[in-house]
Amino acid sequence: MFEAALSRLGRMGSFLWAGWSGLAGLALLAALWQAGHEAYGAFILPSPLETLAAGAAILSDGRAWEVAMLTCIRAVEGFAVSALAGAVSGLAAGYFPATMRLARPLVTVLLGVPPIAWIVLAMIWFGSTDGTVVVTVVVAAAPLVFVGVAEGVMTRDRGLDDMARAFGAGPVQRLITLGLRHVAAHLFPALAVALGMAFKVAVMAELLANVGGIGGELARSRANLDVAAALAWVTIAVAALIVVEYGVVHPVRSEFERWRAAAQPWGVKR
Amino acid sequence: MSVLSLSHIGHAYFGRTVLDRIDLDVEPGEMVALVGPSGCGKSTLIHIAAGIVEPLRGTVAAGYRRHAMVFQEPRLLPWATARDNIAYPLRLAGIRARERRARAGAAARRVAFDAVDLDKYPAELSGGMRQRVAIARALGVDPDFIFFDEPFTALDAALKRRMQDLVIDAARNARFAALFVTHDLMEAVRIAHRIVVLDVAGKGIAGQRMLPGEPGTREDSDVFAAVQAFLKRDPLFRHIHDVNERRVA
Ligand SMILES: Nc1ncnc2c1ncn2[C@@H]1O[C@H](COP(=O)(O)OP(=O)(O)O)[C@@H](O)[C@H]1O
Ligand SMILES: [Mg+2]
Repeated sequence: MFEAALSRLGRMGSFLWAGWSGLAGLALLAALWQAGHEAYGAFILPSPLETLAAGAAILSDGRAWEVAMLTCIRAVEGFAVSALAGAVSGLAAGYFPATMRLARPLVTVLLGVPPIAWIVLAMIWFGSTDGTVVVTVVVAAAPLVFVGVAEGVMTRDRGLDDMARAFGAGPVQRLITLGLRHVAAHLFPALAVALGMAFKVAVMAELLANVGGIGGELARSRANLDVAAALAWVTIAVAALIVVEYGVVHPVRSEFERWRAAAQPWGVKR
Repeated sequence: MSVLSLSHIGHAYFGRTVLDRIDLDVEPGEMVALVGPSGCGKSTLIHIAAGIVEPLRGTVAAGYRRHAMVFQEPRLLPWATARDNIAYPLRLAGIRARERRARAGAAARRVAFDAVDLDKYPAELSGGMRQRVAIARALGVDPDFIFFDEPFTALDAALKRRMQDLVIDAARNARFAALFVTHDLMEAVRIAHRIVVLDVAGKGIAGQRMLPGEPGTREDSDVFAAVQAFLKRDPLFRHIHDVNERRVA
């Protein structure tokens, strides 16, 4: 019990340590940004500090939080639907090859159509509503989850299945203790990518469909030629994504992937 | 009364017959070595006997209480620790976590698997240790019959010997019967009461030889002499080292 808590604490420590190196990367980006600012001037590219100040000014206003929340809710809603639909259909496709043969061309088509085209269609179908944003997010993100899960199922180790059968496991037990457990390893990376996609597409759909949220604010900044505000809103969108990803997706994933970390030699742990 | 009885077993993959008219009985507490060249259908037969593969023809009558199996590869769950791997069949049987832990620990001791390694993942263990975990997993369910499918083929000679001794001791203490597939005649002579030779093309049992004495009490020199005698003078073993690469699986 105590040991388990200790090892979890240790993992949290290495997680925070990884946060430091991430911060170093961000600092590098800020330095390049500052250089760009000094080369092109404040009108084209405001300095990072100015942008942060603009962001702080925006967030000190209560309304801005509502705007950001609106985008977050839309993105997370679309993401949740994508995760569920993608995971269920991915499982079906992985376990039943006939389904896969039907689904593969569909996925190719879905992934091949640019999100912008979906936004136009969704606007025609749903008008300027939440529905437009959520549907666009689902269409863009669900195939990613689907592919991850289906690949997970198809790369499962049949030897383990036979082993479980030799020890008397029924089909449901094999699905739960082997199939789903193996799929989880493929599911979480796919979910992380889908989540990022959900935020990006949500902002884009908001901007084009003119339905408020961060995208709506970006449209306004553009109209006012207010580059600092535009960059500040982008920063806020990225920050929201990072909070959700590092607050939810990564901790859950690292719980599931302790064995992978164990397999890595010392010194190359993430 | 046999604990395992195979009658008229036949099997084919995609219309190609690999086994035909196989009859084999195993008595309680008896260790039977099943030998034959690579690709003759040994794995297929033992998978059928263990109920993993449904035979095309014939019947499998099992009179044992509980069986277990050890494969050529360890087949451990990569995401579970050694302890959880040993306890996996117990988890399938619905045994409570606390008792699982205790029984997994006891099974690990029986195969001399160090307790400090129980919380390691398979990727952190050597090949020999992984196979020890696989044997502990089989012993952990307290079986009265164990299927072995060339479990030590991938190990080096010294390790192989240690593992064989381990199985011989475990079989004597726990009194389980076993079907032990191998293509190593030396291994078969060390470990078994009886050697059954599968036909080169899987067309029935080519023949069988009883081995004198109890496994574990045979002198190395006797084992060596017996193997030499089989290979040089016994026509039953003429094809044992044939390898038909195209048929190897
Ligand atoms: N799943 C399978 N599908 C098709 N052919 C197979 C399969 N498993 C084994 N075989 C074939 O059956 C024959 C017997 O294989 P196997 O039982 O593995 O032999 P052994 O264990 O004696 O080496 C081989 O020719 C092999 O190619
Ligand atoms: Mg084999």
